[in-house]
Amino acid sequence: MASVALSESEHSHAVVDHHHEELSFLRKYVFSTDHKIIGVQYGITALLFLLFGFVLMMLMRWQLAYPGKPLPWFGDWMWLLLGKKNAALLMPDGVMSPDLYNSFGAMHGTIMVFLGVVPLGFAAFGNYVVPLQVGAPDMAFPRINMASYHSFLWGGLVMLISFFVPGGAAKSGWTSYSPLASIADTAYHPFWNGQTMWLLGMVLLITSSLLGSVNFIATIIQLRAKGMSWMRMPFFVWAQLVTAFLLLLAFPPLEAAGVMQLMDRVAGTSFFLPSGLVVNGQHFSALSGGGSPLLWQHLFWFLGHPEVYVILLPALGMVCEILATNARKPIWGYPSLVFSVVAIGFLSFIVWAHHMYMTGMGTKVSAFFQTTTVIISVPSVVILSCLLISLWGGSIRFNTPMLFALGFLPMFGIGGLTGIPLAFSALGSYLHDSYYVIGHFHYVVAPGVVFGLFAGVYHWYPKITGRFMNEFWGKVHFWITLVCMNGIFFPMFLQGMAGMHRRWYDGGAAYELSKPLLHWNEFMSVSAWIMGLAQIPFIINFFISFRTGKKASDNPWEATTLEWQTPTPPPHGNFATEPVVYRGPYEYSVPGEAKDFSPQNEPVKEYNKNL
Amino acid sequence: MEIPYTVKARPDTGLWNAKVGIWLFLASEVMLFGGLFSAYIFLRLGSWHWPHGVLNIPIGLFNTFVLITSSVTMVFAWASLKMRNLHKFEWFLGITILCGFIFLGIKSYEYYEKFHHYGLIFKNEAVANRYRAEVEAAGGQIKPSIIEGQYEVTGHIEEMDEETMKFIPDSIHSSEPMVQIVSVLQTITGKKTEHGEAVVFQQDDIYRWGPFVPRYSSYFAIYFTLTALHALHVIGGMVVMAYFWIPGRKLYHADPEHFTNRVEVVGLFWHFVDLVWIFLFPVLYLL
Ligand code: HEM
Ligand SMILES: [Cu+2]
Repeated sequence: MASVALSESEHSHAVVDHHHEELSFLRKYVFSTDHKIIGVQYGITALLFLLFGFVLMMLMRWQLAYPGKPLPWFGDWMWLLLGKKNAALLMPDGVMSPDLYNSFGAMHGTIMVFLGVVPLGFAAFGNYVVPLQVGAPDMAFPRINMASYHSFLWGGLVMLISFFVPGGAAKSGWTSYSPLASIADTAYHPFWNGQTMWLLGMVLLITSSLLGSVNFIATIIQLRAKGMSWMRMPFFVWAQLVTAFLLLLAFPPLEAAGVMQLMDRVAGTSFFLPSGLVVNGQHFSALSGGGSPLLWQHLFWFLGHPEVYVILLPALGMVCEILATNARKPIWGYPSLVFSVVAIGFLSFIVWAHHMYMTGMGTKVSAFFQTTTVIISVPSVVILSCLLISLWGGSIRFNTPMLFALGFLPMFGIGGLTGIPLAFSALGSYLHDSYYVIGHFHYVVAPGVVFGLFAGVYHWYPKITGRFMNEFWGKVHFWITLVCMNGIFFPMFLQGMAGMHRRWYDGGAAYELSKPLLHWNEFMSVSAWIMGLAQIPFIINFFISFRTGKKASDNPWEATTLEWQTPTPPPHGNFATEPVVYRGPYEYSVPGEAKDFSPQNEPVKEYNKNL
Repeated sequence: MEIPYTVKARPDTGLWNAKVGIWLFLASEVMLFGGLFSAYIFLRLGSWHWPHGVLNIPIGLFNTFVLITSSVTMVFAWASLKMRNLHKFEWFLGITILCGFIFLGIKSYEYYEKFHHYGLIFKNEAVANRYRAEVEAAGGQIKPSIIEGQYEVTGHIEEMDEETMKFIPDSIHSSEPMVQIVSVLQTITGKKTEHGEAVVFQQDDIYRWGPFVPRYSSYFAIYFTLTALHALHVIGGMVVMAYFWIPGRKLYHADPEHFTNRVEVVGLFWHFVDLVWIFLFPVLYLL
């Protein structure tokens, strides 16, 4: 493949030369156009949001375990989160009101998905690692990259500010189903209310992800180094490429839906309000009418389902990199991984209505979506199997990133397998909206994806900072988190199968059918709080190792992909010399080589060429 | 380090970066408008009756030609740059921007017209039937509205008090474009059109009434949402073109090829905006 030398003088006004002049603090750390700084900005912001989303859930778990009892200690401080007025309104006598429970629940989902996991997996690691792995000097559009982060940040801030507006943050679930969401909160203030702020925040977040995904795809298509052919790209890059396409094409319909819900709320239209809707004796469609609540659900889940792959795929990609590095073996079946991830990308656009079996859309439609849903589980199983087989016969290093990556496999496995019953509309109708569903997707996103993300943090930390994170505390973090995750989420399957409904404000205390299962609530909550404590070593480790951690060399894990063939930390422009790629991404333990790893930019020896 | 392929195409893909970027962006735009078009289909399929002839077809058609013209001049602007003729480029881009203004001006006029047009919906069919003869005598018509079982009459309010509303119904022919364009032109020149005589309606018989704003009906909701989003795109394109027209031109002297590429990118966006209108016009005005 021919390539134009990078030194050819090309006037690029999109990049500012950083390494010649000293940049001010603001230009260097706040309004930076360097993909590595932007990656770190995304990473830290997303980790903070992840923690915040978890704190909301820890507070809710008090209410679930001890319904109606005042929140101890924290109760006095809730005004910090809600403002004095809202605290008095939503937490009378320190007891969480149903409105506040709904609000925290909706914001937990929103924050975890749109402000925590996706920005961390896709944007942070994608920004830092992808250009390095493909051998590019930066992203294709550095300034758009900066705009993407700032749009994300403002989207997040709008979500946070919404806790303080009259009546508090949005309360209609992360899915914001209309008609509920179309009419919620307007009684507090016609415009400055939770749900409207949620919509504004989402518009900013969607803009950010749009800018990001255009940039990622363009970078991967255009800026691959010489010799980096498609089938030599690390699997992580493939996963990011597919993720970017999902974001690019699935998010805009939700933006359209968001605009319409905004119109319903501020302009009095009724896109999603059926004729004759009456709530609490009040007529809501007296003005326009004729809308369709199903329309919202279709547009939402058209994003919503691809979104679960947006959550999953980056973490899956990272796990693949980390498994290969620490098993010292090539990934088994790399081409099938690639084809599977592309197949998932396509299929994920035609399965969305498996979230809507209960809406009365008809059995024929259900049958179609049930078929596609079962089909999409095939490539997922292929990927998981390839990763498992890759471990076979490896000389595995059990360091912290590897532990988290290994933990990912069975946890994601449980999450995936428990999803299959939900694909069938008959079973799905019974399990719908129960804690079984909550258990299923949390196994995918919490011990699954979040473990993948932790693995990524521990794995790339030495490259980013030049120092290792502490191994001992890393292992403490891993084992306690692993045990607690299962303590929180496994009982959800039992509760759900017995018929306990999700989003119940009192954890089911008011319902006869849940009596035999109520005792689990306390166990699950205590697990969640212990898991909260187990994050403290991680947080301290994360910030302290920056200064005191063991020094790392350029390629501390002895890995093969290009990001490890740069100086640590990589300078502006990334590579000291323009990298040229000679081989596939996972050439570990190549027979006849002196070392057990052969970096992608190391020429293949003559006698090995025919192997 | 410089980003490669900002100006020259990468040999194996045959594209420079920004071209990849704009095509990707346009793909997502297709999905954005696709979401709204699917909403249109949903609403229309779910409605009892879909309004016809509410919008002024000649005006819409004229606006379509304005946009198509602007797309052509946009291509000429880019071609002039390819031939390194900055002067011609300025002319053609100027015309393109001007077309944008004309389009927006006409669109605002259409909006304004709608905001000053009224419809009222009767409490039920029996009430509507009671007025039918009187409305028809005044040259108007009582039509089914979007919601099942509801009937409406449209026109202009002459005066109203607590008990009654004096209303000049739209002429029966108002759905015929020729008649409507005449009445529009008369309004422009300040002459009041003679629709017919005013009909007096009892407030008690009216279920609801209001101007043709988004909340009036699902039809207007989707009409205003789609066209306003489209207008925002027109404005966005004009801002970028204006930038290249005056301040961005500096780049031409430093690196004409780069500048030409950038103009090509704006051009692609502008053609897309044009294309969206080509879908909007039949869907909203004709069907
Ligand atoms: C690791 C700690 C986590 C805990 C303890 C936790 C716990 C919970 C619980 C108990 C619920 C159900 C609340 C109810 O039905 O009333 C819930 C809902 C939810 N969680 Fe989590 N979760 C965690 C992490 C995550 C992560 C990482 C994500 C996403 C990537 C996530 C996304 C969601 C979503 C989308 C909902 C549904 C919210 C709604 O109903 O609107 N959670 N979580
Ligand atoms: Cu799904």
